[in-house]
Amino acid sequence: MINSLYSKEVIKHFQDPHNMGSIKDADGIGEVGNPTCGDMMKLYIKVDKKGNKEYIADIKFETMGCAAAIATSSMVTDLAKGKTIEEALEITNKDVSHQLGGLPPIKEHCSNLAEEAIKAAIDDYQSKK
Amino acid sequence: MNNQKKIYLDHSATTPVDRAVLEKMLPYFTEKFGNPASIHTIGQEGIIAVDEAREKLAEFLDCKTSEIVFTSGATESNNLSIKGVIKACGLKKPHIITTAIEHLAVLETCQYLERNGVDVTYLKVNRDGIVDIKELEQSIKENTVLVSIMFANNEVGSIQPIKKAGKIIEKANQSRKNKIIFHTDAVQAIQYLDCRPEIYNVDLMSLSAHKFYGPKGVGALYVKAGTKIEKMQQGGHQEYNKRAGTLNVPGIVGLGEAISLIKKDQKKLYQHTLKLKKSLIDRVFSAIPNTYLNGSIEKSLPNIANIRFDKIEGESILLNLDFAGIAVSTGSACTSGTLQPSHVLIAMGISKDKAHGSIRFSFGKNNTDKDIDKVMKVLPNIIVKLRKMSPIK
Repeated sequence: MINSLYSKEVIKHFQDPHNMGSIKDADGIGEVGNPTCGDMMKLYIKVDKKGNKEYIADIKFETMGCAAAIATSSMVTDLAKGKTIEEALEITNKDVSHQLGGLPPIKEHCSNLAEEAIKAAIDDYQSKK
Repeated sequence: MNNQKKIYLDHSATTPVDRAVLEKMLPYFTEKFGNPASIHTIGQEGIIAVDEAREKLAEFLDCKTSEIVFTSGATESNNLSIKGVIKACGLKKPHIITTAIEHLAVLETCQYLERNGVDVTYLKVNRDGIVDIKELEQSIKENTVLVSIMFANNEVGSIQPIKKAGKIIEKANQSRKNKIIFHTDAVQAIQYLDCRPEIYNVDLMSLSAHKFYGPKGVGALYVKAGTKIEKMQQGGHQEYNKRAGTLNVPGIVGLGEAISLIKKDQKKLYQHTLKLKKSLIDRVFSAIPNTYLNGSIEKSLPNIANIRFDKIEGESILLNLDFAGIAVSTGSACTSGTLQPSHVLIAMGISKDKAHGSIRFSFGKNNTDKDIDKVMKVLPNIIVKLRKMSPIK
C-alpha cells in the first residue's frame, strides 16, 4: 500500500498496535476525547513498586479513532511502560509524535490526546490513593 | 512483493479512462495539436474534433450544440453557473436556494457569495437524504434568482426530486418578471439516470468527464438558450463567449467518446451496479451486526452504498481495507483536510459520533461478484478488530 499522509511508523503501529485491550483491576484509568469528534482514547494502568519508586508495571489502551489516534495510543503505551510515575508524567505530545516519525498537521491533536490520556490515568491513580 | 489484485470501489471519486476513450484522445496531443481557434488546417482539425464531441454530448442531453459549454470540470461548471447567474441578474441583494447536501463546489460557492451579501437558503433533507420539495416552494422569494439542487448526492447517492423542483420553478416563473434559473449538478447521476435537461425544466446542468470513464480536467455546462449568465474569466471569446480560454481538445474528445459509450451501455450499467450494490448490502448486513445503510436503497443511485458501522471510525476501516488492496472512501472527511464529519450525513440527521463510522462503496462497470467476495473475506474481521479496540462497548 502507498500512503503519503502517514509515516511508516504510524502505519506500523496502526496495523499492529502494542498493548491493546483493557486491565480489569486497573489502578488508574484515563479517558479523553469524545466520539462526537471521532476520537476517544482510554488508558488503563497498573502501578507497582520497585524499592520506593512507583512505576507503571502494565498499561493497555482502547481507542476509537483514525490511524493517528490508534498509533499514538500504541506509542504512548510503549513509552510509558516500565517508567516511574514521575517519568511517565513527563511524556509529551511531541515525544509521541516524534517517535512516530511525525504526524500530519491536521492529526497533531491525536498526540495531545495521548499525552492527556496518560496524565489522566496517573491522576486517577493518585486521586484514589 | 505486492502482487495482490487491487479492487476499486471508489467510482464516485473518479473512474479509470476507458481504453477506447484514450485511443481517441491520443492523436490530439501530438500530430493533431492545433488550436481550434486557428483558421489553418491544423487548427481546423481541432475544431472539427471539438464539434464532434459537442454533437455527441448534445445528442446525449437532447439539446442544441450551442447550449454546451466545455469547462475544466464540474467545479468550474458549478462556479460558473452560480456566480455567473448572480453577476448577470442585476439585483442588489439576490437570493439563491440550494440544499444542505450539495458538493462543496456548490456549497462553498454559495457560502462565499453569502459572505458577500447574497441571500442563501439551504434546503433541509430527510433521513434518506432527499430534499423537502414543499420547503422549496415556501422558500421562493421576490429576489430569488437561482435554485441549485444536485441531481443525485455524491456521498449517499440519494436522488433528488428534480422533476418536481422544475415544475415548481416553472409555475413560479409564470407570474414573475425576474425568472428563476434552475441549476443542477448532475455529476453523479449522468451515467445512470435520464438527465435530459428539457424534461426537468433545467436551465443549467454541470457534469464532469472523469466520473464516467473520461479524462480528468474536463467537464461541461449545459446552458439553456437565453439563460442570463455572465462569464467568470475574461479572455478570448471561446465557448459562445461564456468561457474564455483555449479549449482542452484531447480532453473534450475524451468526454465526447466517454459519453457515447455511456449512452450505449446505460441500462446494462445500471443493472450491473445495482446487483453488486444489493449483494454487498445483503452480505454486510448478515455478516456484521450493528451496521446500517445511510440513505435508502430505492431512492438512490444504483452504484453507491454508504454503510455505517457503529462504535468505530471510518478512516481506520478505510486503511485496513486498503491494506487488503480494496479502495473505498469515508463518509467522514477525515483525510481530506477537515476533521468534521460529513455535512451530508449530519444533514440527514445522523449524529456526529455515528457519522464518523461510515464508508462509501461505489461500484463501476469493471467490478464483479468476486470483488464482493474479497470484501467479505476481510471486512468482517476488520470490524471485529476495531470494535474490540474501541472503548465504546
